[in-house]
Amino acid sequence: MSELPLRAQLAAVVGKGAASLSRATGRGDGSVIGGKVALKVEPDLLAQLSRGRRIALVSATNGKTTTTRLIASALQELGPVATNEHGANMPTGHITALANQPDAREAVLEVDEKYLPRVLEATNAAVVVLMNLSRDQMDRASEINLLAKKWRDALGRTQAHVVANADDPLVAWAGLGANYATWVSAGQRWKEDSWCCPECGGHLKRDPDPHWECPECGMRRPDATWSVDNENDSVVDPGEQRWPLRMSLPGDANRANAAIAMATAAAYGIPAAQSLPRLQEIRSVAGRYTSVVTDGVEVRLLLAKNPAGWLESFSVLDPPRVPVILSVNAQIPDGKDTSWLWDVDYSVLRGRRVFVMGERRTDLALRLETDEVPFEVADRVSDVVAKVKAESPDITKLDVIANYTAFQQIRADYGRVE
Amino acid sequence: MSDTSSVLRIVWIYPDLLSTYGDQGNALILRRRAEQRGIRTEILHVHSSDPVPAEGDVYLLGGGEDRPQILAANRLRADGGLKRAAERGAAVLAVCAGYQIVGQSYGDDDDNPLPGVGILDIHSGRGETRAVGEIVADVAPELGGGRITGFENHQGRTTLGPTATPLSRTVAGIGNDGSTEGAYQGQVLGTYLHGPALPRNPQLADLLLRMRVGELPPLPPSWGEALHEERLAAAL
Ligand SMILES: [Zn+2]
Repeated sequence: MSELPLRAQLAAVVGKGAASLSRATGRGDGSVIGGKVALKVEPDLLAQLSRGRRIALVSATNGKTTTTRLIASALQELGPVATNEHGANMPTGHITALANQPDAREAVLEVDEKYLPRVLEATNAAVVVLMNLSRDQMDRASEINLLAKKWRDALGRTQAHVVANADDPLVAWAGLGANYATWVSAGQRWKEDSWCCPECGGHLKRDPDPHWECPECGMRRPDATWSVDNENDSVVDPGEQRWPLRMSLPGDANRANAAIAMATAAAYGIPAAQSLPRLQEIRSVAGRYTSVVTDGVEVRLLLAKNPAGWLESFSVLDPPRVPVILSVNAQIPDGKDTSWLWDVDYSVLRGRRVFVMGERRTDLALRLETDEVPFEVADRVSDVVAKVKAESPDITKLDVIANYTAFQQIRADYGRVE
Repeated sequence: MSDTSSVLRIVWIYPDLLSTYGDQGNALILRRRAEQRGIRTEILHVHSSDPVPAEGDVYLLGGGEDRPQILAANRLRADGGLKRAAERGAAVLAVCAGYQIVGQSYGDDDDNPLPGVGILDIHSGRGETRAVGEIVADVAPELGGGRITGFENHQGRTTLGPTATPLSRTVAGIGNDGSTEGAYQGQVLGTYLHGPALPRNPQLADLLLRMRVGELPPLPPSWGEALHEERLAAAL
């Protein structure tokens, strides 16, 4: 802290005060409000707070909060780590995270996709971690091809070491702009946003998965040194050594996140034998995957904000006997446009007991009706629990998939569960 | 339906380039509303590397980002299948970026005019501001009238040539220019109501079906009508 100019020091202190105030008054996690106050005092604060630290930035459409948490956890091997663990992923949140941890030499920051170029420039980050890019809240987000181009150009202007998913063509193309790269074959379930070559627009040849190649310009998937083996629940490292994952977090998406985190930790000199046990311990991230037991029913919360996220959530649902609640809102943080519901294939839910909830449940109802998935309409999770319990007393589990504000509302009903 | 086939062929053009906003919804609703009336259907996904068949009944074009839009327009012009299909009397529903490129010309990201497929007499360019939000419009009476609801997200401004007619009059939102929304010419329909325009407006789905199969028996109300009413109430 002592190296900072006085004005920046003052701003950091002011920001810290506001954050504690916000927490104390119960207005939120405190991660955004602190930074907002601080930014008004010192615009260059992010650059100044970054000086003298080694910073990793983590960005993607999905999984950035979780992967940030995994990497921060692995880097604890090296000492204290500053991180924006509540998902406040814009510069104000970064300032708060760094100001709250003045002595941490290491920092791992989750970054909103749009902000990555400018945060990379401000922080002069040593490492940039990129997982996936797909359609998300199109009424306010940038076009993703444009975004990938900005990532690519920004990476080319720095000496940052990129750790990126080679299997996602847009991400790989962006990562190829960097001067140093570690490629991870982390898989790509959602392919609807990458049928075309990011370089020339040619129709990509994607066979056998996860290989991809452009028949027109020759652009192809970079060779990966790390890879996920979902079938065998393991990661293979550059020395061909196989690491059984056994994560507490469910699903292929989290296997991908873990592989990326292990590759990142290795770039810091932390071997898999040390990083993996730290990753295995993590059971929930900012309420995601949390289970709440109510009336003898274990209710599990899954967050899905966009079509790729819904596809991942479907893949971790409990067996078909377990009912599922779908909840969708369309407030500003969700995107006001629900068109994306039509990009999701809901037919995989046939044979399950399905409930629809949220401010846009009529949209969900029509979507399910069209996919011939029977459903019931509900107002609250507790109503569903009571109904299910009354009708089938042997049911002990219930899954909930919700988009952003719908998820937060349900989480708040259960007291902001972690 | 075509003379040689008893199946209604729904052709979804370039899902790899023009499928940004849930455009699949239009194909799914057409299929559902046809099959509920005993009409067999087939949905063809035509990728940009494949030729566009000229024998389809209803052709669907969706939304896309700037560069995919240009790629799609160039490929469709070189291919010629969509134009032949429209000349044969196939029904076409083109939304958002797809609407612009079935016209005579559209603007690239610097607003330079580029040639479109030319099956709808419209010219599109870029406006000063982006039109984002719920849109409501009243359909031309000769198409059956009624109110439609959708979501628009575009920077395009479209003017109609003498051969095209406005699809509707804008009640809320922007559409072509703040006063009219979309255009039609024969059986070619274009609109800025992006993505799932037909799920939110069952009457538009039936309009397209009638163009190919003639009069249709009514269907009992479904969640489509409920969503239609809910969105109209929310936007007005
Ligand atoms: Zn290419």
